[in-house]
Amino acid sequence: MTDDVEIPEVNHVSGSGVPIRGNDIDTDQIIPARFMKVVTFDGLGEFAFFDLRFDDDDNRKDHPFNEARYQDSSVLVVNSNFGCGSSREHAPQALLRWGIDAIIGESFAEIFAGNCLALGIPTVTADSETIADLQDWVDANPDGELEIDIEAEEVTYGDETIAVTVDDAQRKALVEGVWDTTALMKSNAAAVRETARELPYVDDAAIPDAE
Amino acid sequence: MSAETLYDKVWDRHKVTTLPTGQDQLFVGLHLIHEVTSPQAFGMLRERDLEVAFPDLTHATVDHIVPTADQSRPYEEDAAEEMMAELEDNVRDAGIDFSDPTTGDQGIVHVIGPEQGLTQPGKTIVCGDSHTSTHGAFGALAFGIGTSQIRDVLATGTVAMEKQKVRKIQVDGELGEGVEAKDIILEIIRRLGTEGGVGYVYEYAGEAIESLGMEGRMSICNMSIEGGARAGYVNPDETTYEWLKRTDYFQENPERFEELKPYWESIRSDADAEYDDVVHIDANELEPVVTWGTTPGQGIGISDPIPEPESLPAEKQDTARRAQEHMRVEPGDTMEGYDIDVAFLGSCTNARLPDLRRAARIVEGREVADDVRAMVVPGSQRVQEAAEEEGLKDTFEEAGFEWRNAGCSMCLGMNEDQLEGDEACASSSNRNFVGRQGSKDGRTVLMSPRMVAAAAITGEVSDVRDLKEVNLA
Repeated sequence: MTDDVEIPEVNHVSGSGVPIRGNDIDTDQIIPARFMKVVTFDGLGEFAFFDLRFDDDDNRKDHPFNEARYQDSSVLVVNSNFGCGSSREHAPQALLRWGIDAIIGESFAEIFAGNCLALGIPTVTADSETIADLQDWVDANPDGELEIDIEAEEVTYGDETIAVTVDDAQRKALVEGVWDTTALMKSNAAAVRETARELPYVDDAAIPDAE
Repeated sequence: MSAETLYDKVWDRHKVTTLPTGQDQLFVGLHLIHEVTSPQAFGMLRERDLEVAFPDLTHATVDHIVPTADQSRPYEEDAAEEMMAELEDNVRDAGIDFSDPTTGDQGIVHVIGPEQGLTQPGKTIVCGDSHTSTHGAFGALAFGIGTSQIRDVLATGTVAMEKQKVRKIQVDGELGEGVEAKDIILEIIRRLGTEGGVGYVYEYAGEAIESLGMEGRMSICNMSIEGGARAGYVNPDETTYEWLKRTDYFQENPERFEELKPYWESIRSDADAEYDDVVHIDANELEPVVTWGTTPGQGIGISDPIPEPESLPAEKQDTARRAQEHMRVEPGDTMEGYDIDVAFLGSCTNARLPDLRRAARIVEGREVADDVRAMVVPGSQRVQEAAEEEGLKDTFEEAGFEWRNAGCSMCLGMNEDQLEGDEACASSSNRNFVGRQGSKDGRTVLMSPRMVAAAAITGEVSDVRDLKEVNLA
């Protein structure tokens, strides 16, 4: 039953970084639609940023995800409006399966950030100058450890500790381990039925009996 | 009682409780599902031994992968057949209504919901598709969700959301001849940017919005997400009610219309409602808008020059440079005369009957330019049937367009309808992202259906108003 699903608390995420530069990187770039003709998310990792990583003949192009030095990286560092476009959860699923555990960026598209949260992936923000510095540092220190403290809203790298922002609801959800909301919301089933009954457009027959 | 927006009122009516995260748990009045983003959610339900909580409030269709040429089963492409079969199994097991292609009711999810009367004012509507904002045209609170949230909605009938701010976009004045809803929304996104709407819901209001039919309102709400706003809506009015009356639900349950109308009236934004932001647009000033770049915010009036990247805000310059390189356009030029290889008339933005009618009046008696591949993909089987009955299919075919079956088709290239190589496409769809239409070198120019028709005829991006003896009715 639902109680069996363990939802870990996400307080700290640490690992080396990988920079992906550019604003408005949309979910079609993160995972092209042709790789979505699947009924599970398994195996999507190898298709992350596919068209930016490979040419028509499948030759590798210059892209951080192709570089040997970033293969063990787990913290993605991006610019503004990352993940705009389609609502496809395939995008964060592909990044997660490639090995990404957290994303630091200037800003995120809303649906994308929500999808990340549903997978326990923090989307942490900072201003553009801070991000540019961080991307440069990651370039120079591909094995360097970044540590994200979600509750304190801080990122530590090298000798630096910088202030970052984690959306309130996201922070609570991650730190308290309630980012997977299914069981939590299911426990309110009686109140859900009550809300439904009060809505004039919901036919009573559509409301299930109490379990 | 404080003055409230439609958003406030619909939110409050659907709020179950506040969760420990500070998010609200919202009841979902209509959950639309399709073959691409739902199978994994059903899989998660099975893993957790959960059932669909409100199957009667859930409705399925198939649109993204469905072939638009030969729809006989099994589909030629194995992956498409597998996705379709998975959806069939899932909806059968859960007892969910499915507008599959054998029903005559199939189509793009954002076209069939309104057609059948499933979409109604004051409902909360979700779907694993970002263009769910379309349904806001009816005064519903409608937004796209990811697959884990689909799991939540299937299992609980609710979704966890943070309440957002409301920006009123007041569009005053009157649209000129040949200018339409698509031009309004492309102009809004150009002005406010692709992330200007993050954290906001858009309320579209004003004379130019109120004078639009439901299809035009849907085109506008549809692209709210391209401006970063997860939802957009128009307050329901007589135009909305007239549409609703004709739908299946209210034809079959006429008494429900009068029963529900007071609710619809009650959720309209109050005249003195306060907004977090208000933006004014003058419809009189608009001309047909086309995109020159690779985000929907990179648009210009058909007679305007493509901007110098240096003239844009610093954070937009790099994106603009890359976009101009990809599109092979030069700053200072207009988009008029940009050669196209493909004309695509379709998508959840612009493939409803009036869209096809307006475009048909442009192509009537004309021929598609040599070397241009032009196709019409109706938004639903019902649109297709109605268009065929009134002769639009013949008009398009006589002009040299291909007439296809309903689906998402070349908007996102998940079926066989794709750009090849570096083809340029005049498209009535909603996204011009690199690779969006199936080829990573493909070039997409977004525009209204009539502008697509004009481009198909001339073989280049053209001002539809300049065609000789053109019928802009």
